[in-house]
Amino acid sequence: MIYLNKIIKSYEVGGHFLQVLKNVNLEIDKGELVSIMGSSGSGKSTMLNILGILDSYDSGTYRLNNTLIKNLTEKKAAYYRNQFIGFVFQSFNLLSFKNAMENVALPLYYQKVNRKKRNIKALEYLEMVGLRDWAYHMPSEMSGGQKQRVAIARALISNPKVILADEPTGALDSKTTMEVMNIFKEVNDNGMTVIIVTHENEISKLTDRVIFLKDGRIIDREVAIAS
Amino acid sequence: MLDIDKWQEIFFTIRKNKLRTFLTAFSVAWGIFILMILLGVGTGLQHGVEYDFRDDAINSIWISPGQTSKPFKGMKPGRRLTLKSEDYEDIRDKIKGVEYAATRFHCWGNFTVRYKDNYSSFNVLGVSPEMMYLENQTPILGRYINKLDIIDRRKVAVLGTKVVEGLFDKNENPIGKWIDVRSIKYLVVGVYEDKGDEGEMKNVFIPLTTAQLAYNAKNRVHSIMYTVGDASVKESRAMAEQTREILSEKYKFDLTDDRAMFIWNNVENFQKFKNLFIGVKLFLWIIGVFTIIAGIVGVSNIMFIVIKDRTREIGVRKAIGATPGSIIGLFLQESILITVVAGYIGLITGIGVIEFIKWALMEFNIDAPYFRDPEIDLFTAVLATVLLVVSGAIAGYFPARKAAKVNPIVALKEE
Repeated sequence: MIYLNKIIKSYEVGGHFLQVLKNVNLEIDKGELVSIMGSSGSGKSTMLNILGILDSYDSGTYRLNNTLIKNLTEKKAAYYRNQFIGFVFQSFNLLSFKNAMENVALPLYYQKVNRKKRNIKALEYLEMVGLRDWAYHMPSEMSGGQKQRVAIARALISNPKVILADEPTGALDSKTTMEVMNIFKEVNDNGMTVIIVTHENEISKLTDRVIFLKDGRIIDREVAIAS
Repeated sequence: MLDIDKWQEIFFTIRKNKLRTFLTAFSVAWGIFILMILLGVGTGLQHGVEYDFRDDAINSIWISPGQTSKPFKGMKPGRRLTLKSEDYEDIRDKIKGVEYAATRFHCWGNFTVRYKDNYSSFNVLGVSPEMMYLENQTPILGRYINKLDIIDRRKVAVLGTKVVEGLFDKNENPIGKWIDVRSIKYLVVGVYEDKGDEGEMKNVFIPLTTAQLAYNAKNRVHSIMYTVGDASVKESRAMAEQTREILSEKYKFDLTDDRAMFIWNNVENFQKFKNLFIGVKLFLWIIGVFTIIAGIVGVSNIMFIVIKDRTREIGVRKAIGATPGSIIGLFLQESILITVVAGYIGLITGIGVIEFIKWALMEFNIDAPYFRDPEIDLFTAVLATVLLVVSGAIAGYFPARKAAKVNPIVALKEE
């Protein structure tokens, strides 16, 4: 599903080039539940940006669903993001002036699905995350856990190839964290590939595989634990 | 356009920034309002001047003799020139393109005109039949002076409506009545109306030949005039020049002596005024457009702020799959909406004020010199509307382009 080969990415900082990802190789199969861990500065965010087609890379190959993701135009990148990826953010990023249903339906809006159809579908996905009754509530009326569930429904509605979650429980308490993780589990059980970026061991423990990043490289689990 | 989501968002942002949106919209509305007022008043001025020309046919050339001011072939300057009836025939027959030629003899001074016990003083003029075309006059009762009147030197008179008002009772038909002008009786055969001011309707016209006989003027006339049909300015100028040549040969004066023969070319003068008003209008448009630009800059400014406020949201949208085009569309639509709604309010208010002034001028019979019938024609209104949409698009384009360039990574950053 995801195939990274010799990915190198550097940023220009004050005249120097700072290599953030140094020759990263990674394969994630369909239906895996994977977490990516690493301290700040490890290249974790950059990796997420590249996986999410939000940023480009300098050299190497990135294939997503057998599609080469390289040198894309803005429009093409937007199209692939819409088709392949469902994002879940730490701060939910729901649009404040749209109710839960409309927020969930937003990706379908960009697929030019008509309003009626996409709202019906949005209700189905809200049902799935247990928020059917909250469909007409605004995000400001919901708790953090509820908002994140709405956001997950939004990530799922376009039926993407992979869910990319960036610290999805970072803003939640432990009880709601479990609720949200259970949803990810459930989604994964239905065959969805899920990648969760986190720095919490409790979260990564719940995933099938943990990828450790340090100084722009993927390191072994043992090394990571030792350090 | 019938995209509920887009509209929902636009109205949300407008609601969220009510005062800001209102102030911006106001500046656009004000710009259009000022433009409309300027153009309306400009049209009013133009109509005022055109109204001044309505008195006589605008396609006419008027000739009256003066006094030579330059020596010519051994003759000293200072000779008084006079025109004769034959000159009128010459001009009519020799100059190509003459539509109607007329001539006129002023019986100098005010004449007491009497009918029964009513009397008043009016101008009395001897005219040729074609005069009605030159003066823009229409007989409303009876007829105008005709050819037979001229040939037979009939003692007939055509009266202006004001003359009739002065001499006759309200219900009395003046046709067939005899009026007395300096003890000569004239039969009233017609009443005319002139598009000019009241003074133009205080004239008593008698046949040219009758006037010449009665006032012992032989075949002298005071002025000759002719219309040129739909000749261009250039053609009319050539005709005026030819007229001057014919007369200069006859009366021996220098062709460059402007004071010997006054030739007033209405076509040329009207064109000058027309050009002047094209200039004035252009100037008003420029002022108006600059005022609108000030408003547009305001709209652009507010859009930049809106986009800055919504950077994160734009990032989220892009992460979800919004194309740059759809982001541009969203903000462009918002800016066009603000501009068009505000502009339309300004447009309607401006037209309202102009219409009110027009109504007030009519209602209270205000006779402002060189100002009448201010109006905004459909073309101007349509043009202003197009201008609004275009300027709204321009105002929105630069901020929208900036929005489209927002990097979706911002969605992942924590506040």
